[in-house]
Amino acid sequence: MAKSRGAIEVDVEKCKGCALCKEACPTKVIDLAKEVNGKGYNYAYMANPEACIGCTSCALVCPDSVIAVYKVTL
Amino acid sequence: MADYMLMKGNEAIAEAAIRCGCDGYFGYPITPQSEILETLALRKPWEETGMVVLQAESEIASINMVYAGAGCGKKVMTSSSSPGISLKQEGITYIAGAELPCLIVNVVRGGPGLGTIQPAQSDYFQAVKGGGHGDYRLIVLAPASVQEMYDFVDLGFELAFKYRNPAMILSDGVIGQMMEKVKVGEYKKRLTDQEIVERYGSWATTGKTPNRQRNIITSLDLDANRQEQFNLKLQRKYREIEENETRFELINCDDADYILVAYGSSSRICQKAVDLCREKGIKVGLLRPITLFPFPTKAIQSFVGKVKGFLTVEMSAGQMVEDVRLAVNGQCRVEHFGHMGGVIPSPNEVVKALEDNFIKG
Amino acid sequence: MDVKDIIKKENFVYGKSKVLTDNPMHYCPGCTHGVVHKVLAEVIEELDIQDKTIGVSPVGCAVLAYNYLDIDWHEAAHGRAPALASAINRLYPDKFVFTYQGDGDLASIGAAEIMHACNRGEKQLTIFINNAIYGMTGGQMAPTTLEGMKTATSPYGRNVALHGYPLQITELIAQLPGTCYVTRQSAHTPGAVRKLKQAMLKAVKNTLERKGTSFIEVVATCNSGWKQSPVDSNKWMVENMFPKYPLGDMKDI
Repeated sequence: MAKSRGAIEVDVEKCKGCALCKEACPTKVIDLAKEVNGKGYNYAYMANPEACIGCTSCALVCPDSVIAVYKVTL
Repeated sequence: MADYMLMKGNEAIAEAAIRCGCDGYFGYPITPQSEILETLALRKPWEETGMVVLQAESEIASINMVYAGAGCGKKVMTSSSSPGISLKQEGITYIAGAELPCLIVNVVRGGPGLGTIQPAQSDYFQAVKGGGHGDYRLIVLAPASVQEMYDFVDLGFELAFKYRNPAMILSDGVIGQMMEKVKVGEYKKRLTDQEIVERYGSWATTGKTPNRQRNIITSLDLDANRQEQFNLKLQRKYREIEENETRFELINCDDADYILVAYGSSSRICQKAVDLCREKGIKVGLLRPITLFPFPTKAIQSFVGKVKGFLTVEMSAGQMVEDVRLAVNGQCRVEHFGHMGGVIPSPNEVVKALEDNFIKG
Repeated sequence: MDVKDIIKKENFVYGKSKVLTDNPMHYCPGCTHGVVHKVLAEVIEELDIQDKTIGVSPVGCAVLAYNYLDIDWHEAAHGRAPALASAINRLYPDKFVFTYQGDGDLASIGAAEIMHACNRGEKQLTIFINNAIYGMTGGQMAPTTLEGMKTATSPYGRNVALHGYPLQITELIAQLPGTCYVTRQSAHTPGAVRKLKQAMLKAVKNTLERKGTSFIEVVATCNSGWKQSPVDSNKWMVENMFPKYPLGDMKDI
C-alpha cells in the first residue's frame, strides 16, 4: 500500500470554526483550537498531524476556502 | 438622402430604434402601445442589424432585462403604457440607482388602476418626480408629433448615455396611435462588442479581463455614509442635467398677455387654441415643455411681470400645474384646465377656460 | 517527516481558487453558500472562462456574492435574476451567464421569471440554493420550508392548510422543454462536493455550447436559521430535507 503524508495550512484569521472540516476528516487530524482568532472563533488546526494523508476532504467542505492541502508520497 | 414614411407614433418608435443602432428591445403587450413590439416583430431587425427583440413574460421581467442589457453597455429599451409602467418602477429605480443608460417609452392611458385604454397625461408625477422608491430622476422627453416620437428615440439614448441615467419618452395614446409623415434618418451602426469595451469598459459588465478590476452593477451599499455620498452625487448629476438639457418651445409668446403651458398632445390642441384666441383679439402664447425633467422653470419665470397669467392644459387633474406654480412662486396667477379618464380637451374648451379664468373675471 | 517539510509549494495539492477574491465571506460559519461559490469558482478557473463569465446575484444572503467571485456581476432585483440573464445571454451570445438564487428569490417572488427563462430555453445556468428558509431577513418561512418546520413566520411549524405545501420547483422545471440539464445536488460531504463539481462542469459546458437552460438545485443548510450547529444541520438536512428533495439528475439531454 502506497503511503502518503499530508498536511494542511489553515488561514487562521479567516476560519470561522464551523467544524465541518473536523467532521469530514477520515483520519481525525483536525480539531478546533482552544484559543480564538481575531474574530473570536475557535479555529481549525491539525491536532493530530501525523495522521494526515492529504486527502483534501477538509478543504473540499470548507465554506470559506481557508484550508490549503499539501501531500507527499512516501 | 432623406426618406419619408407615413406611420403611427408607435411604429415610429420601433423604426427609430432599429435605425439608431439600438441593441435590444424587451417588451410586453399593452394597449395603446402594442404596435411598438408588433412592428419590431414584423421588421425582424435581428436579421437586419442584429438587434435583439424579446417579448418578456411581464413588464417586470422586461424592465429587468433592460437593467441587465444597460449594465453590460448595450443600447437597450422597453415600452409600455401606464399600468405596465407602474410594474416597471421596480426595475427603473434599480437602473437609476446603478446609474445606467436606457430608454423607456410610456404611451400613457387613463387611470388609476386599469383605467381605460384612451389617452391621458396622468402619469406626469410618476415620470418627472422619480416614480419608484428613492431620490432619483429620469430624463423625460415629451413628444408632440410622430416626428418627435421618432427623433426622441435617438435623443433619449444620447442623453441617457451622456449622463448614465434612464431616459423616458412620455407620450400618450393620441401620439402613439395617430399617423403622420415622418422624416426618417440614416441607419446608425450598432457598436461592436469591442467598441463597447473601449467606450464603457470602465463600468460595463463585458467580462473581467486581467487588465481591469471586475465590474459590478449594483444599487446596493449598506454603508449609510457612502450611500449618502452616492445620493449627493446623483443630485449633482440632476442639477447638471437641469443646467444643460432643458428644452422647450415658445409659440407667439413675445407679445402675449396669457401663456398656455402644455406638453405632448395637449400642446397640439393648445396651438389651435392660440390661433382661436388671436382671432378673438386675445394675446395668447404657448410654452411647450419638451423636457419635463428637466423642467423649463427659468423660461416660465422669465414671463413673470410680463404676462397676466398662465393656464396649463393637461389630460389630468392638474399635475404639471404644480411645477408651473413652483416656477412662478406666487408671483403670477396659474390655473389649470384639463380632462381625465381618456377624454381629450377641444381647442374651444381651452379658449373658454382661459376666458373664464382670466378675462370674464 | 515534519509538517514543515510537507507544507512546501511543490507539495501543494488543493487550495483556494484564483477566481475567489480575498474578501472574507459574510456568510455564517458553516454556510453552504461558501462551498457552492468555491465549486463554481473552480469550474470557471478550470475552463478558463473568467473573462467571459457574467454572474447575476439575487436578493437574499447571496446578494453580496459579487464580493467573492472575481468576475463581472449584476446584482438583480428580488427574483428577477433569470430575466437579467436572459437579456445578457441574448446580447452577448458568446459569454457564459449564470444566476445564483436562493429559495425565496427563485421559488417565491421570482417563480415567474425562472419558469419563463427555463421555458424559453435561455442559454444560461441557474444555481438554486434551497435551504428551506429566508436566511438574510432572519429565518422566515420559504416556499420550500418543510411541513411542520418552525420558522420566524411559522413559529408553530408550517401548516399546509394555512401556508400551502413545500414547493418542489425543480421537479416543475425539469418538465419544461427549454431545459437541457436539471439536477439536485448537495455539498455536505467531500463526496457530495465532488459530485456537485461534476454537475457544475457539465452545466457550464452545456451553457457554453448553448444547449439550453441548465439548472442545479443545491439542497443546503442554514444553521443560523435552523438554530443548529453546522454539523447538526447537515445531519438534519440528510434526515429531513433529502426525503422531500431527493438528490440526483432529473433531466440530462
